[in-house]
Amino acid sequence: MAFRGAVITFPGSNCDRDMAVALEKVSGVPALRVWHGDAELPDAVDFVAVPGGFSYGDYLRCGAIASRSPIMRAVIAAAERGVPVLGVCNGFQVLTESGLLPGALMRNAQLNFICRTAPLRVENNRSLFTAGYDQGQEIALPVAHHDGNYFADEDTLDRLEGEGRVAFRYLDTCNGSRRDIAGILNARGNVLGLMPHPERAIEVDHGGTDGRVLFESAVKGLVAA
Amino acid sequence: MKVRIHVSLKPGVLDPQGRAVHHALEGLGFSGVEDVRVGRLIELEVADDTTDGQLEDMCRKLLANTVIENFRIETMETA
Repeated sequence: MAFRGAVITFPGSNCDRDMAVALEKVSGVPALRVWHGDAELPDAVDFVAVPGGFSYGDYLRCGAIASRSPIMRAVIAAAERGVPVLGVCNGFQVLTESGLLPGALMRNAQLNFICRTAPLRVENNRSLFTAGYDQGQEIALPVAHHDGNYFADEDTLDRLEGEGRVAFRYLDTCNGSRRDIAGILNARGNVLGLMPHPERAIEVDHGGTDGRVLFESAVKGLVAA
Repeated sequence: MKVRIHVSLKPGVLDPQGRAVHHALEGLGFSGVEDVRVGRLIELEVADDTTDGQLEDMCRKLLANTVIENFRIETMETA
């Protein structure tokens, strides 16, 4: 089965091309490009990526307007059918705003835009997206965000931890995130949101290839399915 | 009809911006400021027959993120 991955572009997305390149390099198949105003995803898409950037200029709240755009209704419906959805950085914000993932991403605790390589731990290697990592593996991925401070109430945090839905955790204090959470899964495990950028770490020239494993895991899992 | 939507962070949600403003006020020599919370004011001009229910719906679906924010709807009498 050929891999069919789609990348959504909103006005203000700026990591959509990097995401499409990452999907193509890993799967060998060009990614389908989908505009925010489209009402439908391409037929038989088996992977949807919501990329980073500053959709709608971060107006109102990061990801708030994008999460109400026509294509997101189709993405939410696809996620509910079990189609894997990956949200990176602004894409993670869009997924929390859309209700596909719990919690919210607030202004970084130190108020600074953080742009550096962040050490992370893989907390759950049993998901489609993380199966290629070792459980507890320490990796490094670039982060570049102003609003990555993950917030959820204590009950939600306990539930996420208890259900193994914390996928990645910062090894240092990055942005004030509750329990140093960098990425989370939905209950079904087919939606992953994370602030770090795996698509910026897929080639040696990027300074690291720890992000490539995420795409390889997903492609392998889907093509084998 | 003019409507004001006051959006504020829920109690217990840390407000880094409020803390920074607090520090800045202290830096300017204003003492006795106990706490600062930064919120958002959204002014709407809506049809006169807009119901409270519709306004609440707007707040829940878009204007506020109820995971972290509370909202208060203030309807202004049109002169």
